[in-house]
Amino acid sequence: MSVFEVLRFAVRGISANKLRSGLTMLGILIGVAAVILLVAVGNGSAQQVAERIEALGTKTLTVQGVGGGSVLTHEVAEALDDPVLAPDVTSVSPVASTQATLTYQGTDHSVQQFVGSYPSYFGASNSPVGTGSAFTEDDLKQGRRVVVIGQTVAEELFPGVDPVGEEITVSGALFTVVGVLDEKSSASGFLDANDLAIAPLTAVQQALTGYGPYNSIIVEAQSSEKVADAQAQVSLILSQRIETSGSSATQPYRIQNASQLLETQTETADTFTTLLGAVAGISLLVGGIGITNIMLVTVTERTREIGIRKALGAPRRVILTQFLAEATMLSLLGGGLGVAAALIGSNFTIVGVKPVIVPSSIALALCVSVAIGLFFGSVPANRAAGLRPIDALRYE
Amino acid sequence: MSVLDVRGVTKVYGDGAATVHALRGVSLSVEGGEYVAIMGSSGSGKSTLMNILGCLDIPSAGQYLLDGVDVSRLNDRQLALVRNRRIGFVFQSFNLIPRTSALANVELPLAYAGVKTAERRRRARVALDMVGLADRADHDPNQLSGGQQQRVAVARALVTEPALLLADEPTGNLDSRSTEDILGILDDLHAAGRTILLITHEEDVAARASRLIRLFDGRIASDVQQERVLT
Repeated sequence: MSVFEVLRFAVRGISANKLRSGLTMLGILIGVAAVILLVAVGNGSAQQVAERIEALGTKTLTVQGVGGGSVLTHEVAEALDDPVLAPDVTSVSPVASTQATLTYQGTDHSVQQFVGSYPSYFGASNSPVGTGSAFTEDDLKQGRRVVVIGQTVAEELFPGVDPVGEEITVSGALFTVVGVLDEKSSASGFLDANDLAIAPLTAVQQALTGYGPYNSIIVEAQSSEKVADAQAQVSLILSQRIETSGSSATQPYRIQNASQLLETQTETADTFTTLLGAVAGISLLVGGIGITNIMLVTVTERTREIGIRKALGAPRRVILTQFLAEATMLSLLGGGLGVAAALIGSNFTIVGVKPVIVPSSIALALCVSVAIGLFFGSVPANRAAGLRPIDALRYE
Repeated sequence: MSVLDVRGVTKVYGDGAATVHALRGVSLSVEGGEYVAIMGSSGSGKSTLMNILGCLDIPSAGQYLLDGVDVSRLNDRQLALVRNRRIGFVFQSFNLIPRTSALANVELPLAYAGVKTAERRRRARVALDMVGLADRADHDPNQLSGGQQQRVAVARALVTEPALLLADEPTGNLDSRSTEDILGILDDLHAAGRTILLITHEEDVAARASRLIRLFDGRIASDVQQERVLT
């Protein structure tokens, strides 16, 4: 008896009870689709995070004071901008930032970051100006009270109005809006990257923060390949300039670069993907148990039929392959439809994430579903094929 | 040589206090072309004997030679082959495969024998034609009357042209007209030289056979050649 013949018997067996076969397939379909889609969502969010961090600028270093230390002084910032000791550093932008309330014609908006820095900050922090213009070196020297605002601020304070040229009050001081930043994607879900305002450092220090130490210094390297070199040079200069107090072994500052941030975020995203995959894997397992259950019911219900077939001279092997083929077909069909469903589903944005299919997850989910069909189908099939014809015929 | 030769066959079900001796030593030999009817009250072991003859069950003791081959020495695959090629079995409850057309049911033994599709279909149609159901080939069992179902079952038993046709109360569930149809077919087969063993508890059905065996309490009570009564 040919393989084709056995497959035809299996198809007939499946189509004999369409609703039940359909529901079983649905179980596997959901399991496979869930695995592929959830892994794709995890993967997509990981890629999104990576893209956002790259958008922050992969060629910048951030020097931050640790533990409220007042080590990032003007002199330190000046020292970092040294073409001899730090040849790979292209720009140094000290940052003095504070929270501030902006007021425009009676409308209040509290901004998370009111940044005072150099014009080079726009390039280093990867925040291009959309409308209007950035402030200049001259503005910085003169301490002019001009400000570039983020998209969120513009929407809050100037609904339907062009903000460029308007005057706003920042904690009592008057600033002129000269530009609006381009919309920026948020690196983390909690902080709105568009909720900020950037003004010349001198003006901010004069009007808001005072002439204390900086919050941080943004150092821009020549290229993303040079970041490590620049970091070494910066840390050398800092170790010379800033004396570590003898009592504590920890440095009073910290140098961060975007790739470190990227690593941490990727790790988090990987954990997330694994978690999603595990949840989806459980649903696939449940689908597999569904197949086993159906095969058990089918075989029990058809024990009489198996008896008839054996009485007509069906060898054990043929009976076994028929039921195995049925189970495999169910799981393969369900799995295939699941892959199709996942591929269709991946075209849509799910909870703000564009899923990115991982090809190996398709192969894995399909293999697992077929393996489940084969393994769990073989147990009842084996039992049925081993029955003596008279016992199978008498079975009610 | 005898088509079948049964020597001292016993069959015991269960053990301990619940032991049932269905057969207590039956010996019997049937020559080619014989038409044998087996009668007996229920519990006399006639169905057990038939199942053993059809290789559906194995005896507890004794020997069963089919065409001179000791069936107890055959393995599972060889037994399947014997059931497929040597024996045609007709059941009281028809035992057609549900949701499968009459033609496909008749084709089934040929499929297990490895006959090619076109040849199989042709032979299945010939067999259905022989039992007068050529026009019902595409009907499912639940669309056929009891008599028609049994005729399909007979066609299925005959399609591999087995040496031995075993029928376990083939007319037990049928009305008198259908019974007449089936018995007519069996008469034709007997005339064509087939060996037929038939279980029945109706005297007029048994009267059609050329030999009558009565079983009582797991033993052969009588075994006589008789004049066939034809209607």
